[in-house]
Amino acid sequence: MVRLRGVVALLGRFPALTGVDLDIDACEIVLVQGPNGAGKSTLLRVCAGLLRVESGTAEVLGHDLSVDRAAVRRSVGLLGHDTALYDDLTVVENLQFWAAASRVSPESVLPALDRLGVAGRLHDVAVSRLSAGQRRRVALAGVVVRRPTLWLLDEPHAGLDQRGRDLVDQLVVDAAHAGATVVMASHELDRTVDLATRRVTVAGGTITADHRVIRPESGTHDAS
Amino acid sequence: MLRDAWLIAVKDLRIEWRSRVTLSQIVPFAALVLVLFGFALDANRPVLETATSGLFWVTVMFVAIMAVQRSTAVEVTDGARRALLLAGIEPIAVFVGKTVAIAAQLLVVQVLLVAGVIVLYGASVDQWVLLLVTCLVATVGIAASGSLLGALVAGVRARETVLPILLLPILAPVLIGATRAFDDALGSVAVDGWAWLGLLAGFGAINLVLGALAYGVLLEEI
Amino acid sequence: MTKINQTASAPTGTGSRFTFWLGLTVIVGVVVLVLLGFFAAPEDDEQGDAVRMIFVHVPSALLTYVAFSVTAFGSLMWIWKRSVWWDITAHAAAEIGVIFCGLTLFTGSVWGRPTWNTYWDWGDVRLVTTLILFLIMIGYLSIRSSGGDEGATSTRAAIIGLVAAVNLPIVNRSVEWWFDRTLHQKSSLTDGNLEDMTLFSLVVGIAVWAAFFLWAMIHRFRIAWLERELRVGDLNEAIAERRAEALQDESTQR
Repeated sequence: MVRLRGVVALLGRFPALTGVDLDIDACEIVLVQGPNGAGKSTLLRVCAGLLRVESGTAEVLGHDLSVDRAAVRRSVGLLGHDTALYDDLTVVENLQFWAAASRVSPESVLPALDRLGVAGRLHDVAVSRLSAGQRRRVALAGVVVRRPTLWLLDEPHAGLDQRGRDLVDQLVVDAAHAGATVVMASHELDRTVDLATRRVTVAGGTITADHRVIRPESGTHDAS
Repeated sequence: MLRDAWLIAVKDLRIEWRSRVTLSQIVPFAALVLVLFGFALDANRPVLETATSGLFWVTVMFVAIMAVQRSTAVEVTDGARRALLLAGIEPIAVFVGKTVAIAAQLLVVQVLLVAGVIVLYGASVDQWVLLLVTCLVATVGIAASGSLLGALVAGVRARETVLPILLLPILAPVLIGATRAFDDALGSVAVDGWAWLGLLAGFGAINLVLGALAYGVLLEEI
Repeated sequence: MTKINQTASAPTGTGSRFTFWLGLTVIVGVVVLVLLGFFAAPEDDEQGDAVRMIFVHVPSALLTYVAFSVTAFGSLMWIWKRSVWWDITAHAAAEIGVIFCGLTLFTGSVWGRPTWNTYWDWGDVRLVTTLILFLIMIGYLSIRSSGGDEGATSTRAAIIGLVAAVNLPIVNRSVEWWFDRTLHQKSSLTDGNLEDMTLFSLVVGIAVWAAFFLWAMIHRFRIAWLERELRVGDLNEAIAERRAEALQDESTQR
């Protein structure tokens, strides 16, 4: 699914990633943790094919990112810190636009909104009038609609209430069951530790720890 | 590609309609500029009549800058540019879509400006067809180069002030050509307006091609 | 990107043997040009001594367009091949080109005054086009100094360069038509026949100014190159530093 070797990525002149080696297989739920400024968000963006790889090799979903970054984008769902929602359009209009742009059937919009617990009365409300948490849910619905093979979630629980967080957890588990791979950057260690099949620590732009999580069912584990 | 371009154009126009920026801000601004010119030229009828073409198109230039700024700002808020890339839409489609949206807004303002100069400056239109075709063709060129340069300044710090510096010199041929064509259409100067349309059409075509080629390069550099 | 060898001695200036001799040639050339221009070349029948402006105006106009062409080509090479060398060259050419462009406009303006008693001759098609070019180049430099991500800045500037290069002929054509098809008079300061001596001096002038242009380009290029080398060197250091602090964090946490 994801193969990174010695990946260096720059934000302007700053080396956000200073040499990352990472292998991720299908159906894994990877938790990326680390201090602020470690490079977690950058790592996700590189995997989404948004950032140029300065040196090293990066292969995501079979696409070589140094050759063609654009090819991988359709199969990826990225939830960043911003919502990519147009303030003046309603919730439904936004999602219908993004669904059409991603070549997804517009019929998947309403079910996705239900899944994220966005109440029916909010559907025709302009995004500018929603609270931050509600906007986050809509943004998540936007990811769900795309049905990506690789989910890249940057702090998905941030700004959500208890129910919202439960919903996110359920989404992640369901996605993995359905064959997708999930990579989550999060500070919410209590929640995510139970979900994740793998824990990766990022610091100073590189991976400093990488453990498969012991589950009672799975038997042995390997730490590297 | 056309489907995507249409999608983008409709989205932009819908946002415009919802926010009413064009109607409530840009149109009044255009009218205001006409009035200010009136003050500045001492409401001197003969002078105003002779200068109508020029004043009209200078106003359109200012309006174009506002329209382009707005079109760009829509995508800058909240990471929409990034999402456009992720969605896998071809950059050409984004370019064409946004160009169409800008052009539509400019045409609306121009219709009102024509009414404005007839009322305020006493202009009389001899050749309506020439007038309307000029507006159309000139607008294509303005929207195309504006759309491209708007995307260019999107990531730049002082983007509001740098856009006019870049866009206005490029639009000089449009100003020259459209004004001459208008002179003919308004019957104020003996000029062959239709010949100038050739130049305007050429400008439009070249900048459409340029934008189509360069837009993708710009969009990638987030 | 290459690592710089930090044990090699850092350059203390951008001079070299070539630029030294080139610079000397320029100085000698300027002296020769002044002598030719003021004493050897005759004054014009119509314009009197004002025609001597030609020795500055024409070369700087030529070199403006040479510089701009270099910028346009360099822009293309950046977008196509991501060539850092061409990117720096494009930038250097734009900076020096702006200076020559300003000089062209200034001398064109001053030249017109004694001849036609006006500071700006709208009828001079070339001059008007050059004014537009000047404004565009200012815009180009403005983008260059806007900071932020370097690659992005280079790309934006390159696009401006190409947009300008494509549109400039249209600007020129439109200004020309403007005078052909309306009642305005076209005019030009340099269309008249030139005396032999004037022509000779002009050629010398072009050569001297071109040498100066080359000299300035080389120095400007080297400055930009060294700046970039410094930044690349910093990059490798920065990467090492960043990794080091990560491992430090790690060990302090244990």
